[in-house]
Amino acid sequence: MAKRTPLEVSVAVAEAAKMADVDVVAAYPITPQTHIVETLAEMVANGELNANYIPVESEHSAMSACLGSSATGARTFTSSAGQGLELMHETLYIGPSSRLPMVMSVCNRALSGPLSVWGDHSDAMAVRDTGWIQVFVENGQQAFDHILWAFRVSEDHQVLFPVMVHHDGFHLTHVIEPITLPEQEEVDRFLPKPRYPYALHPDNPVSMGCYAPPFIYSEIKRAQDEAFRSPEVKQSILKAWEDFGNIFGRYYMPVEAYRTEGAKVLLVTMGSFSETAMVAVDNKRDEGKDVGIIRLRLWRPFPYEEVRDLVKDADIVLVLDRCISPGAQAPVYSEIRSCLYQEENRPQVFSFTGGLGGRDIVVDDFEQMIDKGFEMLQNGSEKEFEIIGVRE
Amino acid sequence: MNGTTEIRWHGRGGQGAVTSSELVSYAAINEGKYALSFPSFGPERRGAPVLAFNRIGEEHIRIRAEVTEPDIVVVLDPRLFRVVNVASGLKPGGIVIVNTKKSAQQLRDEFGFDSTLGAVNATRIAWDILKVPITNTAMLGALVKGREVVKLDSLIEPVKDRFGRIGDINVEALKKAYEETVISEGT
Repeated sequence: MAKRTPLEVSVAVAEAAKMADVDVVAAYPITPQTHIVETLAEMVANGELNANYIPVESEHSAMSACLGSSATGARTFTSSAGQGLELMHETLYIGPSSRLPMVMSVCNRALSGPLSVWGDHSDAMAVRDTGWIQVFVENGQQAFDHILWAFRVSEDHQVLFPVMVHHDGFHLTHVIEPITLPEQEEVDRFLPKPRYPYALHPDNPVSMGCYAPPFIYSEIKRAQDEAFRSPEVKQSILKAWEDFGNIFGRYYMPVEAYRTEGAKVLLVTMGSFSETAMVAVDNKRDEGKDVGIIRLRLWRPFPYEEVRDLVKDADIVLVLDRCISPGAQAPVYSEIRSCLYQEENRPQVFSFTGGLGGRDIVVDDFEQMIDKGFEMLQNGSEKEFEIIGVRE
Repeated sequence: MNGTTEIRWHGRGGQGAVTSSELVSYAAINEGKYALSFPSFGPERRGAPVLAFNRIGEEHIRIRAEVTEPDIVVVLDPRLFRVVNVASGLKPGGIVIVNTKKSAQQLRDEFGFDSTLGAVNATRIAWDILKVPITNTAMLGALVKGREVVKLDSLIEPVKDRFGRIGDINVEALKKAYEETVISEGT
């Protein structure tokens, strides 16, 4: 059994990309992602990693370089965050529509203005509909694991979609914690390099991602969406987690339940605050409260069936978003609520927003949220939305 | 949280509080424990008050929020007392470990501390041994004297790794501060 090593989570992410034996890294440094790309640049410079590191002039160029690199069949990695991801936005749609595999670690950060380098999920939600497979992780080990998992899924011939691994800025990126690093042989066994079936080659020139006039654009987008939400892609995602577990001993699922047995009140969280929320659930269970938590890992394609299955017996569902959608419902809440709308016995769904721009949500905050859930169970609620811990 | 020791480091940008918290995590994890360390996140400015944090325990640590109710507070810069309430949220039975020229009794009289105190003149130790007033490695020794969250020996390798050619003198400062730290039980 491999030993736990003290590593900054950003260094662990870079280490995962190295162990995945990436061929090309094109990235532009931005807080809180900087340590990842600095570490990779250093690994390439000192010969530890045999890859091309392309020091581009912007995130827009980073993604453009990654698209070209992926199209040649090279294993391609990048990383960004917040404003950087926004500058990259225009080019994000091209990978999925051209079926180009690659992996990006996103160190979730709030968006300007006002300027904030700290974490929340605004950047993730802004790229929600770009067509990337997207997962959220909760700790450093999961961040490391999901880089390997992401390459396996992305390059699977049943999939061929790019994958984003979201891990919270600072609350994950800048923390030193114990990480179990696998043996290279195990990684190689989990992650062979499949040949990209449509790789560009001078002997067989083709055009990719050409323009589409109205007579064909709808058909292309429909084909893309059908592939993305297909059982084959879902199976590949699940199979990759299963194989990962069989080799490394850590098993993951699209939605993960904790102490949900008989739960009347359910919390729904995503990302690094989930484990803090689990402590609050433990405390409330000790008080005899029937409360549990489900944590969304797979964000796109959205795991409708798993969510429905896990919340069907709850009376109150409390969804935490780390992002606002001005003038509308918060994104995770909106998704969960819409997912349950057709159900005969649907629970009441309540929206909490918190942890904006790096503000902590502590155990006590989660306990208060749970208490409010039980109060709603008793007395109902006229409100459907609350921002946690905001000053008047 | 049960079984988890929480540490809050107070320093100023450039004094190495963040490095200290990191080195404690390296030592703890190398001992087979679970530990987290992280800074009070944000753009670093030299001279501004900064915080860093540790959680150390025997099991996987789930809480990632900043430490607001520490078991241990370590203060690298004595002048911070005038701008920050360093003992804020200190748990009952907790300890405040301070780099100071003063005795524990003088600190009690002047600032009203009633918790257990650890006092060491880390600035003098740093000047004597390192020839710079950077007290973070000395304060690691003071921390271990106050509460043995990791073994003193477990810090030696991480300190040497981090400081390279000045590793040995930093280990010397660490050991010297461990010897000189005076613990005064709370009232």
